[in-house]
Amino acid sequence: MADGTASFVDIAAPELARGEADRPHSAVARFGAEAPLLLDAGGVLSPFQIAYQTYGNLNAARSNAILLCHALSGDQHAANVHPVTGKPGWWETLVGPGKPIDTDRFFVICSNVLGGCMGSTGPSSLDPSSRAPYGLDLPVLTIRDMVRAQAMLIDHLGIETLLAVVGGSMGGMQVLQWAASYPERVFAAFPMASGARHSAQNIAFHEVGRQAIMADPEWRGGRYLTEGANPRRGLAVARMAAHITYMSDSSLHRKFGRRLQDREGRTFSFDADFQVESYLRHQGEAFVDRFDANSYLYVTRAMDYFDLAADYGGVLANAFKGTKTRFCLVSFTTDWLFPTAESRTVVHALNAAGASVSFAEIDSDKGHDAFLLEEPELFAITRGFLDAAARAVGVA
Amino acid sequence: MSPRDLAIADLTMREAARAASGKRVDLLLVAEMVAPGSRVLDVGCGDGELLELLATTRGCDARGIELSREGVNAAVARGLAVIQGDADIDLADYPDDSFDYVILSQTIQATRRPKWVLEQMLRVGRSAIVSFPNFGFWRMRLDLLVNGRMPRTDNLPYGWHDTPNIHFCTVRDFVELADEVGARIEHAAALDGAGQKVRFNLPWGVWNLLGEQAVFMLTRKG
Repeated sequence: MADGTASFVDIAAPELARGEADRPHSAVARFGAEAPLLLDAGGVLSPFQIAYQTYGNLNAARSNAILLCHALSGDQHAANVHPVTGKPGWWETLVGPGKPIDTDRFFVICSNVLGGCMGSTGPSSLDPSSRAPYGLDLPVLTIRDMVRAQAMLIDHLGIETLLAVVGGSMGGMQVLQWAASYPERVFAAFPMASGARHSAQNIAFHEVGRQAIMADPEWRGGRYLTEGANPRRGLAVARMAAHITYMSDSSLHRKFGRRLQDREGRTFSFDADFQVESYLRHQGEAFVDRFDANSYLYVTRAMDYFDLAADYGGVLANAFKGTKTRFCLVSFTTDWLFPTAESRTVVHALNAAGASVSFAEIDSDKGHDAFLLEEPELFAITRGFLDAAARAVGVA
Repeated sequence: MSPRDLAIADLTMREAARAASGKRVDLLLVAEMVAPGSRVLDVGCGDGELLELLATTRGCDARGIELSREGVNAAVARGLAVIQGDADIDLADYPDDSFDYVILSQTIQATRRPKWVLEQMLRVGRSAIVSFPNFGFWRMRLDLLVNGRMPRTDNLPYGWHDTPNIHFCTVRDFVELADEVGARIEHAAALDGAGQKVRFNLPWGVWNLLGEQAVFMLTRKG
């Protein structure tokens, strides 16, 4: 658990082992009938499991734990080679020995979200009552449900207070939910490129993706796993549409412009003439190889339902009333999925609640995805904020 | 109001300056006015030098607003709570009485709406502390008189056309503005060209002439 290497876990239903969803290349925490998860949709989820990775070592005082919250298409493999794609972890630039989230000093935890497809209970997990994958029989989940499950994992790891909870985009939503739900357990909160609610425009883009999946005949009403099908095309289209929103016009232009792909001139057909087209097709294809279509429906829905103020009488400041947590938020100038105004709304609420809050808008032409990329200003702020938090609690 | 009333508790500025080794003297003067353990908002906090001074030497819960990205990054990296924002707009977002002191250090001359900013400071904080370069300083007057050009000094090195400082004022002007926004002057101090405190028993007109920088602490009247 402490050295960051994957550990294999035996499961009870080897006949249905479909790769990572049931048999993840990471540690797994199981919660049986004695620890049911209460869901916002009503009812409970039980049994369930959360797959997670850890990096670094927990100190004797148990005061150096940092929880990373992944974004929509991420997973627990933040800083190790991904078991399916063979590529580096999604935050390997930021997390590691000597890096801003320094695994030589901090015990870093990253879990696959509830509803995901990398080993945490999700729509492709087995429904114990039917012994078949849940499909759409899994209750619709919320960000708060995901955070409740994470809190149970943190309990399971024997950690009372997290030095920091850090995450971007959907991960940032979880960070805010953590700070609102468990203020006494979060010393420092660092949401990046995120907001306290999902905007109408964002819901609209997600709906396009979901409709693409559900329009694929291979989706089979969500029962594709039991019927031996896979809605690859629908999921790829969903990913393509979403991917555009993660970039900026300028970053797309810098990368591809109007350049043609492997040809001298236009073909006057619907082939991928332009580099940007073949790039998107590649993104869609690569995503299908590692992600589950029903998980995409559930996780996007969780983001859509997220509206932290609504849970507190419509007043966002009430979500942070009396908080002792210190916050740092960052946004990026060209992010049009979670523009700076969304972060500022949170900053104003935190100010109104008298919270300790820092905020910076980072100049980047890389759009929403900037939080996943090499951004020196982001690195400097992350390092400074976490170092200061570590100093404040006496972490060496 | 007699100048004696305006004086803050006597400072041994030379000693303080020595002890702080390289800290700006006007920041030390501001820090002296802040009660230990209070809640402070520094508007236009730069890289957080004053905030750090207040947090480490006065045990303050110190927050900042800074327009420049570089300043915010530097301050956050120092472990300070600083928000990137514009004093001319963002002060409106803070609730009434959310701070004990709101500080505007060497920034009022760069705001678009100095009067509005001052009003907001007095609303958000129970006290407002403002330090600014005094355009009534004798060297400024002499420069304009003799050379017939906009003065430049070590502290104000910009040319007239590219300066961020768009609303210069003198000590006398500031006292008038304070009165206009219904503020009471609790303390005032001036530093001469050598960074020494101007003697507190001198009248306003002399302050205005000898003070290169001025620091005022204001509260709401009534």
